[in-house]
Amino acid sequence: MASPSSGSSISAADVIKVSRLARLDIDDAQVEHFTQQLAKVLEHFTDVDALDLSDVQPMTQAYPLSNVLRQDVEQPCLDRDEVLAAAPHAEDGRFRVPTINGEA
Amino acid sequence: MASLPTTAAEIAAAVSSGSVTASEVLEQHLAAITARETDVHAFNLITTDTARQHASRIDADVAAGKPVGVLAGVPLALKDNMCTHGVETTCSSRILQGWKPPYDATVVQRLRDAGAIMVGKTNLDEFAMGSSTENSAFGPTKNPLDLSRVPGGSSGGSAAAVAAGFSAVSLGSDTGGSIRQPAALCGVVGVKPTYGLVSRYGLVAFASSLDQIGPFANTVYDAALVTEVIAGHDSMDSTSIPQPAPNLRSAVSQGVARMRIGRVTDLPGGAEPEVMQRLEDAFEVLAAAGAEIVDVTLPSIEYALTAYYLIAPAEASSNLARYDGVRYGLRAPASEVNAMYGATRAAGFGDEVKRRIMLGTYALSAGYFDAYYGKALKVRRLIADDFDRAYTQVDAILTPTSPMVAFPFGDKVEDPMAMYLCDVYTIPSNLAGHPAMSVPFGTGAHKLPVGIQIMAPALGEIPMFRVAGVLEDAARGLS
Repeated sequence: MASPSSGSSISAADVIKVSRLARLDIDDAQVEHFTQQLAKVLEHFTDVDALDLSDVQPMTQAYPLSNVLRQDVEQPCLDRDEVLAAAPHAEDGRFRVPTINGEA
Repeated sequence: MASLPTTAAEIAAAVSSGSVTASEVLEQHLAAITARETDVHAFNLITTDTARQHASRIDADVAAGKPVGVLAGVPLALKDNMCTHGVETTCSSRILQGWKPPYDATVVQRLRDAGAIMVGKTNLDEFAMGSSTENSAFGPTKNPLDLSRVPGGSSGGSAAAVAAGFSAVSLGSDTGGSIRQPAALCGVVGVKPTYGLVSRYGLVAFASSLDQIGPFANTVYDAALVTEVIAGHDSMDSTSIPQPAPNLRSAVSQGVARMRIGRVTDLPGGAEPEVMQRLEDAFEVLAAAGAEIVDVTLPSIEYALTAYYLIAPAEASSNLARYDGVRYGLRAPASEVNAMYGATRAAGFGDEVKRRIMLGTYALSAGYFDAYYGKALKVRRLIADDFDRAYTQVDAILTPTSPMVAFPFGDKVEDPMAMYLCDVYTIPSNLAGHPAMSVPFGTGAHKLPVGIQIMAPALGEIPMFRVAGVLEDAARGLS
C-alpha cells in the first residue's frame, strides 16, 4: 500500500479520530482550532519531501547502547502504601477505577 | 554584614572551611527571594523550612569536623519536573498538581549528597513544552532583567532563579533547547550535556530520546562543577552511558590554543543582526586566543526543526499516556473508565500539551507512521551524519543560542510555529545527542543579553568547556 504523502492535509474528521485515540475529550471549537494549527505544523513537514531518504537508516537512539541488563537479584522498590496514597482513589491495597465495560 | 561569596565554588569553599555558614548563605538567598519573587515568579514551591534544616545540618557537620561535599551549602533550585521525595512535583500542570513523588531523581540525590541545599521547585512550560514559560498552568515566569519580557523556556524558572540571585545554581532539562535558550535570554550559563551523560531517572519524561538534564550557573566554572556532580553512570537509567563523570573544572582555564572552531556557513537565517554581530565578536576572541576558525557546512540542519516537531510530539504522546487519572494526579468524575480518561486529560492538560499529544498521536497512527515519524527519524540520521562530517574538521562549533533576545509576553503565543523557531539553533544538538551550552556574551537589542552556543561531538564536554572559559573571560571585558 502506498503511504500517504506527508503533504496530505489534516481534516476535522482526522482530528476527532486522533482525539479519541489519545483519550482526550475536545469540543467543537477545539476541533476547528486544532485542525487549523496542526495543518500549519504539518505543512512545514512537506519541506522534507525535497530530500532523498530512500537509502537512509532511521535514527532511533542518540547514543547507541544495547542489551542493558542488570543482575536478576532482588532490589529495594517503592513503598506500596506511599504509592497508593498518591492515587486519586485506592482501596484494599489497589488502585480503584470506575466501571470497565459496564461491569460493576 | 560582610559580603558573602556568590558563586557555587566560592560558597562551597567558604562553608567547608567554616569562614561562613551555610545558614548565612541560605538566608541571603531567601532574602533575595522575599524581595523579588512576587514580581519574578520563578518558583512553583519554595522549601524554606527544609532548606533551613539542611543548612543547619551542614553547619553542624563543619563544626564537628566531618567531611562535607563539593557543593556544601550551595543554594540550588530544581525545575519542577524532577522528582523530589515527598515534595510536590507538578511539571506546571494541573494534571499533576499536588503529586508528591515516592522517590528522588538520581540528580537530586547526587546534589544533596554533595551538600547542595534545595530552596525550591521552579516554574516551567507545562511538561517542558514551550520556549517562554507562558504555557505554565500556574502563570508565567518573568525575566528578572526586564519584567515585561519572557525568561525563555521551558526551564524559565530555573534560569530566572539564578539570574535573580534566588539560588547560586539550578537544574533544568533540555529537549530542544530548554536549558540553553532561557540561559541566553536571562544572561546566565546553561549546559545540555551529552545524551546519557546525566541520568534521567526521576525526570518526568517529555521526549525520551532527546531529554537531558543540565545546570544553570552564573559562571562557567560553576556549571562545570555541577555537571561533574550529576554526571556519571546510573543503573536506574538504561540510556545512561557506562563511564564516570569527566573532569570539567580543569578544562575551564585550559584556553583554546590550537583548537579548531567551526563556523557554519549554511546556518539557517533569521537571527537578529546584533546577535549575529556578537557571534562574529566571539569568533574574533577565539582566533585571538589561538584557535583556528574553520568553515563547515551542515546542509541538513535546515530540516532539524521540522523533524523535531514530529519526533518530540510523537514521543510525548506516548509518554503522556500515563496521565490517565488512575495512579496519580487529577481524576475527573465519570461513571465509566473511558469517559474518565477523556475528561481527566481534557481538564488536566493545557493547550500546548494537547496540541502536541494530538500531533504526536496523528504522526504515529496507522497509515501515517511512515510518512511522518519514519521520515523524521531519517532526517535525524542525516543531521547526525552532517555533524560527524563536520567534527572530522573541527573540535567545536559556534552558533547563536537563540535567534533573538528576550521577547515581550504574548509575542508568539498565538502562532506555534513562531514560538518553535526560537529553538532553531538548539534543536540540532538534541537530535544528534551531542553536548551544547550557552555562554552570555555581550548584549543585543534593548541592551538585553545575547548567548553564544558552543556545540561539541558526543562526550566532547572538555573542548566545549575550554571554549566557554575563553568566551566568559572575554565577555567580562564587554560589560
